Amino acid sequence: MSETSSSVVESPPRELPPMVYREPTLSERFFDRFFRGLTWGLAWMTVVLVVGMVVLISVDAWPTLRDSGGREFYSVVWDANRNEFGILTHIWGTLYSSLLALLLGGTLGVAVAIFIAEDFLPSKIRLFLKNLIELLAAIPSVIYGLWGIHVVIPALRAGLHYFPSLLADFSGPSMLSASLVLAIMILPTVTALSRDALESVPPRLREGAYGLGATRWETIRKIVLPTACTGILGAIILAFGRALGETMALAMLVGNSTARDNPLSFNPLLPGQTLAALLANNFPEASDPLQVGALMMAALVLLLITLVVNLFGALIIWRASAQFQGLRS
Amino acid sequence: MSTIPLDEPSERPFEEAIDFDYSLTRWRTLFNLLLTGLSGLATVVALIPLISVLYMLVSHGLARLTEVSVFTALPPTGKDVGGGFGNALQGTLVMVAVASLLSVPFGILVAVYLAEFGKDSTTASVVRFAAKILTGLPSIIAGVFAFAILVMHTGRSSFAGGVGLAVLMLPTIILTAEEALLQVPRKMREAAYGLGCTHTQVVLRVVLPTAIPNIVTGVMLGVARAAGETAPLLFTAAFSYFWLNKLMQPTASLAVFIYRYSGVPYERQVELAWAASLVLVTLVLTINVLAQLITRRAHAHR
Repeated sequence: MSETSSSVVESPPRELPPMVYREPTLSERFFDRFFRGLTWGLAWMTVVLVVGMVVLISVDAWPTLRDSGGREFYSVVWDANRNEFGILTHIWGTLYSSLLALLLGGTLGVAVAIFIAEDFLPSKIRLFLKNLIELLAAIPSVIYGLWGIHVVIPALRAGLHYFPSLLADFSGPSMLSASLVLAIMILPTVTALSRDALESVPPRLREGAYGLGATRWETIRKIVLPTACTGILGAIILAFGRALGETMALAMLVGNSTARDNPLSFNPLLPGQTLAALLANNFPEASDPLQVGALMMAALVLLLITLVVNLFGALIIWRASAQFQGLRS
Repeated sequence: MSTIPLDEPSERPFEEAIDFDYSLTRWRTLFNLLLTGLSGLATVVALIPLISVLYMLVSHGLARLTEVSVFTALPPTGKDVGGGFGNALQGTLVMVAVASLLSVPFGILVAVYLAEFGKDSTTASVVRFAAKILTGLPSIIAGVFAFAILVMHTGRSSFAGGVGLAVLMLPTIILTAEEALLQVPRKMREAAYGLGCTHTQVVLRVVLPTAIPNIVTGVMLGVARAAGETAPLLFTAAFSYFWLNKLMQPTASLAVFIYRYSGVPYERQVELAWAASLVLVTLVLTINVLAQLITRRAHAHR
């Protein structure tokens, strides 16, 4: 303490060289205030955009909803010519196709994530595999639709030849073909997020298990997966949210059933219908305000379902990442 | 917790308690091997669709791409065997450009607020939340939004399509740009403050120029996503058989072109859809790879 004070006394007070430090001029300060205000305003615009979107769609959907008194939600008939706009089939189809896709894409995606996250292979090959799986996500969904029409449906038809009783039901574009393609489309999401969850498992836990003589898969099953399960669950829920909103591949493959077909069926071989596909197929020709209103309502339902699922998924991922805070050294 | 008393030696020696044997006659070793094989198989199965898609793109699309006219001709009508997707390519480029012009400056300025001016404010957390919601927004809802705000008043146009795409690009740009700004070392900011810079000057002259490579990466990822989107364009820009000469008219795009010609009964026109897909995938992948290269180079320079 005394040493420093004596040195201050001895050396003359240091002055900054001229022109290095300069007070901001008035116009600079003004511009600073302006620029801060601008970014603040634009930041709020993002919030306005989200809220405005919900409000705008609700306002456009309101007249139809008011006229019908909410009959749309339990009616299965969508017939624009008779002003019948039941969307129960579409809600069902959206949930069912996404669940089927999740069953397949989720299982496969987690298995791939384990294979890539664990050190089965040299890290260069793992990085290559990871990039390949990410490539799946880069392919636009309309191309998956095109591929589904020209590859998946013929392949399914060829496969079902061995089961004549099933082939009779199979209509080409169907829940099954749509869900298969959807499963492939959500796989990269599941894999990427599950891989994050697996890699955030503290290495100590793994080492402990190996130290006790556990085999690799005993470690994975009993230590790694239970620890990472919250994160993996979050990954699956977010993938579910993605599947619900997926449009093009479904519009091209799901068959767009009408009320005459079996509307609320568990049979995946039959054609189905989803909310997003309904929007994609009917919006381009819609001009009648009542029909536009009904479509807006379908859009609102889709928006709300995906919003709830995504928020839930994000919450779980957030909990999962908070979980290891104390365990990391 | 029951533990072995320290004073009494264990009945069983350590070597017997755990078995380090790796013998295939043991169930647990076999099980281990089986599961390893299964997860490897899952990876192979997951890659089959990728290989199949790429194979189809090349085998069905490449033949038509050798005819240069597909890039300059208008879409075929009726049973036409010729034609191309010239106007669709033009439309995609124009709409992605419109979307970028709208969303890039907007997104970067929002990111500046999130990373610099209002880092820990309530506004910032609300805005971040809104951006995350936009990330999970189904792409068709962006189209419905553009329809409600523009098409219902001004009719279908490439501008409306661009707005739909901009909504989808925005969250990617905001979140990646924020990340990029946060990576700028604190020392650089502090040095600038020490010279008497205003916060705005620090942002514009020091932080943004340093973060530019990573911001560009985010922008390119957003562009790649927007270029492949179909759903927001279906009923905003719709489709057209003619060249685009005004911004406020229906416009074709590669994605909608593929959708339109995917199910037609004429072999030649389906081939054209595959050719357009190959062009679109090449475009998207090139942008993605460039984006990664830029990030890698930026990191190498640090």
